[in-house]
Amino acid sequence: MKKQNRRNFLKTAGLITAAATGLSVKSAKAAPKNILSEDRLGVLVDTTVCIGCRNCEWACKTAHNLPTESIENYEDKSVFKNMRRPDETALTVVNQYENEKYSNLPVNVKVQCMHCDHPACVSACIVGAFSKNENGAVTWDTDKCIGCRYCMVACPFQVPSFQYDKALNPKIMKCDFCIERTKNGKLPACVEICPVEALTYGPRNELIKIAREKIKSNPDRYIKQIYGENEVGGTSWLYLAGQNFKGIGFPNLGTKPAPGVSESIQHGIFAYFVPPASLYALLGGIMWLTKRRNENEEEE
Amino acid sequence: MHEHLRPSPLKHKFFTPGVIVLAVLALNGLVFLSARFFFGIGSVTNLNNQYPWGLWIGVDVAAGVALAAGGFTSAALGHIMHRGRFHSIVRPALLTAMLGYTFVAIGVFVDIGRWYYIWHPLLMWNGNSALFEVGICVMMYVTVLYIEFLPVVTERFIGNIRLKGILTFLNKPAEKILIILDNALGKTIFIFIILGVVLSTLHQSSLGTLMIIAGPKMHPLWQTPILPLLFLLSAISVGFPMVIFESMLASRSFKTKPEMDVLSPLGYTVAPLLGLYLAFKLGDMFIRETFVYLNEFNTASIMFTIEIVVGIVIPLRMFLSKKVLQTPSLLFTASTLVIFGVLLNRINNFIVAYTPPYSFGSYFPSFGEISVTVGFFALLVLIYRVIVLNFPVISRPDESFIIKTKYTIKG
Repeated sequence: MKKQNRRNFLKTAGLITAAATGLSVKSAKAAPKNILSEDRLGVLVDTTVCIGCRNCEWACKTAHNLPTESIENYEDKSVFKNMRRPDETALTVVNQYENEKYSNLPVNVKVQCMHCDHPACVSACIVGAFSKNENGAVTWDTDKCIGCRYCMVACPFQVPSFQYDKALNPKIMKCDFCIERTKNGKLPACVEICPVEALTYGPRNELIKIAREKIKSNPDRYIKQIYGENEVGGTSWLYLAGQNFKGIGFPNLGTKPAPGVSESIQHGIFAYFVPPASLYALLGGIMWLTKRRNENEEEE
Repeated sequence: MHEHLRPSPLKHKFFTPGVIVLAVLALNGLVFLSARFFFGIGSVTNLNNQYPWGLWIGVDVAAGVALAAGGFTSAALGHIMHRGRFHSIVRPALLTAMLGYTFVAIGVFVDIGRWYYIWHPLLMWNGNSALFEVGICVMMYVTVLYIEFLPVVTERFIGNIRLKGILTFLNKPAEKILIILDNALGKTIFIFIILGVVLSTLHQSSLGTLMIIAGPKMHPLWQTPILPLLFLLSAISVGFPMVIFESMLASRSFKTKPEMDVLSPLGYTVAPLLGLYLAFKLGDMFIRETFVYLNEFNTASIMFTIEIVVGIVIPLRMFLSKKVLQTPSLLFTASTLVIFGVLLNRINNFIVAYTPPYSFGSYFPSFGEISVTVGFFALLVLIYRVIVLNFPVISRPDESFIIKTKYTIKG
C-alpha cells in the first residue's frame, strides 16, 4: 500500500518534470523487476571439491562471446599467484588459497556475482536497469543503463565492472547466471563444464537442504556455515568450505539486506510526499507572515 | 530600496591578468575533457572497478551542490523570512547557485559512461534509489533557478532592446513579451522561490543518503544513518560563508569596498548553524563510538580530524567573535575555512572513506581529472564575470553616496 502510494507520487512528480521538459511519459517503463520467487534457482559451490582447473572461466567467456585463449592454456596455474577479481573481461575467476588443514591441497574458490535475494544494485540503480528475475538471476539492461556506476558503489561483493576504455556504449559487465542459456533449458555454462561437480544447480531451497545434509554427514570436512544462506539477506549462490570463509576471500557482511537502511531513509523522507509538502506549506506560511509584518512596520 | 543600492551591471573591463590565467586553465580542462569523449573515461581518469567514483563525483558534483547552497539559504533569508537588509545578497547567491548547479549537471554528464542517455531518469524511475531522487530534484531545481533568474534578464532588457537593421521591427513586440513575462513572473515567483528551498533541502539531504548503501565499504568514521541530516546541516551552514566569500572576492576583483554592513550581520547567523552541525557530527561519533578509529594513525583519521578541527571548530570559534565579524580579512578567513571544511567533508565521504573490500591499490585523481575539475571551476568564474558585467546582479553603492545610514525596507 505504502509503496503503491509512493509510486503514484513519483508518477505525478515525474509528470510535472516531463511536462516541463516537453517529454511524453507514454513510453515510461515500469519500475525495475524485483521478484523474490519461492522457486528461485541457485548454485551450490563446494570449495572442498573444486580442483582449480579453471574450465569454468573458459566456458563462461565462450558462452558470453568474450575473447578467450584456448582451453589448454587454462591449465596454467601461475595465475593463482595473485588474487583476481571478476571484471569486464572475465565474469568469473577462480582464486587459490592455502588450506589450513592439508597444506598440500590448496583451496580453490570460484568468484562471480552472488545474485543476492535483496540486491543492492537493483535498489541503487538510478534508472532501474537491474532486475531480480523469477529464476533468481540478477540481470542488467543495456537499454536503460546510463553508466553512472552507482551499482559498483553499492554492491557489497564488489562485483559489477565497467568498460572504462570504451568511449561509446560502455557496458556494466557481470555474471548474468547464463540467463539466455537457462531460458532454453540449458545449464549455466560453468555448471555444465565443471568436471568434478563442484557446482550444483537447482532450486535454492533444495540446495540449502543438500548443503545442510553434507555438513551433517561430513562434520570434519566442512565448517558449519553455508555462505550465502543468510549473508546480506541471502544470495542465490551458496558456498561450502572446510575453513573460515574470511580466510578464503569472502567479506564478513552480516545478515541484513544491503539496501535496507538506505531504502527506509529514502522512503521516510518521502513518506506519501507528506514531509516535502508540509515543508512547502510551512515556508509559504512564514513568507506570508513576515511579509505582512514588514508591511505593518512600514505603515507605522 | 534606495536608488543607490539597486543591482546594476558593474562597470569594469573584462580582461585582467587573472582572467587570462583562468582562460588558460579552462582551455586545458577542455582538452582533457575531449579525450574523455573520444577514448573513454579510462583514458583520462584513474577510476577502475575498485574505485568507480572519484574526483568528478566527489568534487564537481557532491561538493558543487553543497557549495551552491548559498542560493537557497539566502533565498530563504531574503525572500521567505523577508529580511530586507539582506536583499542585496540574494541575486549574487542566486547567480552562483544557477551556475554552480549548471556545472554540477555538466559534471554528471561527463562522468556517466553513457552521457547520451542522461535523460533516462526522466522516463525510467526507480523510487528506491537515492541517486534517482537526487537526479530528479537537481533537474527540477536547475529549472527553478533559471526561472528565478529570469527577472534579472527582463530587468536588463525592458526599455533596452535596440536591435539594428532589418530586425528593428522586432523591438516593440519583444519589449511587450518581456513586460508580460515580467508581470507574470512578479505574481508567481514566490511559488518558485519556495519550491527552490524545498527541492534544495530534499536533494542536499539525499546526497548524503547516496553513500549509505555502500555499507561497510565506507569507513565507519563517516558511515552513519544520519548522513542525510549531516549533509543538510553542513549545506545550510556553508551557504552564508560562501556568499561572504564570493562577495569579498568580487569586491577585490572589481576594486570596491567590501559590503561589511551586510556581510557582518550575515556572519552572525553562521555560528549557530555551524554549531548545530558540529553537535550532530560529534554526537553521532560518540553514540556510535567511532572515536576509537581516531587512535589509529592513518589517512582516514587524519582527514577526519582536519575536517572537524580546521573546517568546523576553528571557524566556529572565529564566527563567535565580534572582532572577526567586523574585520574583513578575518571574516574572509573564517568563511574560507567553513568552505574548506565542507569541501573536505564531501571529498572524505565520497573518496577517502570509500574502501572497497578487494582493492589493488588506492585511488588518487589523475592529472587529467584534476585538469577537468579545475577547468570547470575556471569556466564558472569567467561566466560569472561576464554576467555581473552585463546584468544587474551585484548591488554596489553609488560612488556619489557615502552610505552609513540604515536601509529602508521594501516588502
